[in-house]
Amino acid sequence: MSTQTVDRPNTNPTSALVAGTTAPNFTLPEAPDRRIALESLRGQPVILAFYPADWSPVCGDQMALYNEVLPEFKRFRAELLGVSVDGPWCHRAFRHYRNLHFPLLADFEPKGDVAKKYGVYRNGEGVTERALFVIDGAGRITWSYVSPIDVNPGADGILTALENLPGRESANGR
Amino acid sequence: MAGNIEPKLVLPVGSRDHVQGSATASVTLVEYGDFECPYCGAAYIIIKKIQELMDDELRFVFRHFPLTQTHPHAEAAAEASEAAGVQGKFWEMHDLLYENQGTLDSWHLAQFAHELGLNTRRFVRELEEGSHRARVREDFLSGVKSGVNGTPTFFINSVRYDGSWDIEPLFAALKNAARREGSTLKSFGSAA
Repeated sequence: MSTQTVDRPNTNPTSALVAGTTAPNFTLPEAPDRRIALESLRGQPVILAFYPADWSPVCGDQMALYNEVLPEFKRFRAELLGVSVDGPWCHRAFRHYRNLHFPLLADFEPKGDVAKKYGVYRNGEGVTERALFVIDGAGRITWSYVSPIDVNPGADGILTALENLPGRESANGR
Repeated sequence: MAGNIEPKLVLPVGSRDHVQGSATASVTLVEYGDFECPYCGAAYIIIKKIQELMDDELRFVFRHFPLTQTHPHAEAAAEASEAAGVQGKFWEMHDLLYENQGTLDSWHLAQFAHELGLNTRRFVRELEEGSHRARVREDFLSGVKSGVNGTPTFFINSVRYDGSWDIEPLFAALKNAARREGSTLKSFGSAA
């Protein structure tokens, strides 16, 4: 695990959106010619995994782990979206190299715009926090977590959040 | 924040586990590992050395965490160790797999079974039928729920160990855990 950012003070402490907040909508490229809108995923849970950068070792481990856990996320009909400020061509190469089976969204232009809306952009460094959000079928954040940037947060928190979602999406999310 | 602060084993060590060392040991080290992962291969040598140093004071448990999308042979290798396990040779196969990480294709797996004197036909049939797939998946999921975030991940007395697993720091952490458990049986030597 890299330790190079451990002692670096975060001069712009982020305040990630918390449970109960409506998830801000966005449309981001997941490939040079394809975009995904959060709204289009209404009716099913969504996991947003913000990570600082393609290719850095911890991120790789985190995304490789989620790749393996994907069948569990699917049991909850949850859609996993990775998000970083890397561009769509970079994401394409990274996805191919790691054999990742879920979309990586490019929060590239305006840079970090979506991360800022979710309160997880690190101004000094120009990357996103390593942050997780679980959003229910009604578009509401039910769980969020910001990990120390060099620590892979694992998947246990996400699974617990998915288990805690109501069995069926009902009218109470409106 | 459920699960992200000091992650702990959700599946306690029990009769389903592959265990080396004494049940009365003051320290239990659980590894979630992948036979094709080079870091796990490096950790294998370190664990062997620490087992020699700590002897009866250490109980070691191995659970599967194959990263199948990264390591194409990891799943088959994990199932192979279980297939050897039902014939009483889990640890022998565990060692062979780690000592031959570059050759984990199905032909070599059958060869290892032959070398260990196993019933090779049964071994191969169980791999083909996926007889041990559910067991490997059960290990994997218990790891995910316990906060395993890569391979290898270690738990010392059920708490995830996030420090370096180079021999000195890992050995020191295990010694400290032994002392916390009131071990006075031995004064351990140095790993150096």
